[in-house]
Amino acid sequence: MSQDILNRVKKVTVEELGVKEEEVVTSASFTEDLGADSLDVVELVMAFEDEFGIDIPDEEVGDIKTVEKAVDYISKKLG
Amino acid sequence: MSDRFSPSGRVVVTGMGAVTPLGIGPENFWPRLLAGESGIDRITLIDPSPYTTQIAGEVKNFDAADWLERKEARRVDRVIALGVAAGTLALKDCGVELDEELKDQFGVMIGSGIGGLWTMQEQTHILYEKGPSKLSPFFVPYMIANMPSGMVSIMHDLRGPNVAPVTACSTGANAIGDAYHVIKRGDAVMMLAGGSEAAINDIGVGSFCAARAMSTRNDDPTVASRPFDVNRDGFVMGEGAGVLVLEDYEHAKARGAKIYGEIIGYGMSADAYHVTNPHPEGRGASSAMKMALRNAKVTPDQINYINAHGTSTSVGDVHEVKAIHNAFGPAASNVLVSSTKSMTGHTLGAAGAIESVFCLLAMRDGVVPPTINVEEQDPECNLDVVPNIAREAELNIVMNNSFGFGGHNVCLIMQKV
Repeated sequence: MSQDILNRVKKVTVEELGVKEEEVVTSASFTEDLGADSLDVVELVMAFEDEFGIDIPDEEVGDIKTVEKAVDYISKKLG
Repeated sequence: MSDRFSPSGRVVVTGMGAVTPLGIGPENFWPRLLAGESGIDRITLIDPSPYTTQIAGEVKNFDAADWLERKEARRVDRVIALGVAAGTLALKDCGVELDEELKDQFGVMIGSGIGGLWTMQEQTHILYEKGPSKLSPFFVPYMIANMPSGMVSIMHDLRGPNVAPVTACSTGANAIGDAYHVIKRGDAVMMLAGGSEAAINDIGVGSFCAARAMSTRNDDPTVASRPFDVNRDGFVMGEGAGVLVLEDYEHAKARGAKIYGEIIGYGMSADAYHVTNPHPEGRGASSAMKMALRNAKVTPDQINYINAHGTSTSVGDVHEVKAIHNAFGPAASNVLVSSTKSMTGHTLGAAGAIESVFCLLAMRDGVVPPTINVEEQDPECNLDVVPNIAREAELNIVMNNSFGFGGHNVCLIMQKV
């Protein structure tokens, strides 16, 4: 797992969801552990798109339920 | 639910909170208001240089994070944050202990004249610059004008009637009057009621400039808002929020609440004349005052003070004075009338609520806040406008006028208990 991508995912998550950095562990689920509701998830995904300059189609949002899955998904996207 | 509280038919004010250009909370703004200080300055929330009007009454040192959890504070519209701050201050001030039964009978009615104009501006920008896929999912919830009312109920778990009136600059007064009726008819025991506004941004300032409604005295901000003065040249925009806690009188008495005053009259009317201009004879305004006097069962000579709408526009002030003469007859020569907008600017949908707070404080302390910047009183505004210096007076019954674009006229009457 890329440390750089992980750090940036953490940073965006802290900012968007107003959670503490230590809460954003790799296994954390955005909705179940970090308190995101459905609208928060949409906004978080948009923030990832901005941060990494990628497009995340709606049908793939379901693949990034946890911090780890987000890092994997983004790593793949960035090739 | 068990037995519902049976309404006494009397509604009192047991708490208040306001966030104004002169400070946050009465302990901060009230001394400044009595000292005749102006809260008007060059605009800092945006770069005002492209606009013909570059001054306003901004709420200074306001941090949404003091009032909302971090996630919300970062992203809610300013109109929501200001409303939540005033609502939370009011709720704290009334000192009630909320239990499950009371929460079901505790409503919220906080309106906004315009709603989330920052959200509207920012997201419209994003739509055209980046495309629809970048629109925030929070655009709708933060832009709609009822969200201050919704957010306050969510934060404090207040589950009674919840509505947000939208009547431009009479919104705050309508909220208080309508909430008074909700309690009077027994549909709630307590209500948070008022208004919030935050429109000092590019689209807000630019649009009011386009309407040629605002003062352009940019070089001298503190004297720009000058209601009833012969050299007034338009209103000065303000922002802020005001919220009262309204409560059934018997309920308030039973819990030993402090009582600031009682709402006894509420009048409403429409000019049915023009979208922005007031009726030249103040027809609607005087009928709203007459209605409030009638349902308060008081005569004009019993009114000690009127907090005027008094926006400092050339026509508006004259029409209101005509309306007061029409509604009061000879009693108009004895009533004290001041426009606190001379100090706060015009806080639009919050004005009726912020100025109700001022009225209640005036009654409590027996002192009328002045109309500042009256250097040469307009002979057409021939009332005692309490020029420039606060005046001590025994105040038992006071009136608060608010008028809004669309021709809405609202008049509230409050008395000492």
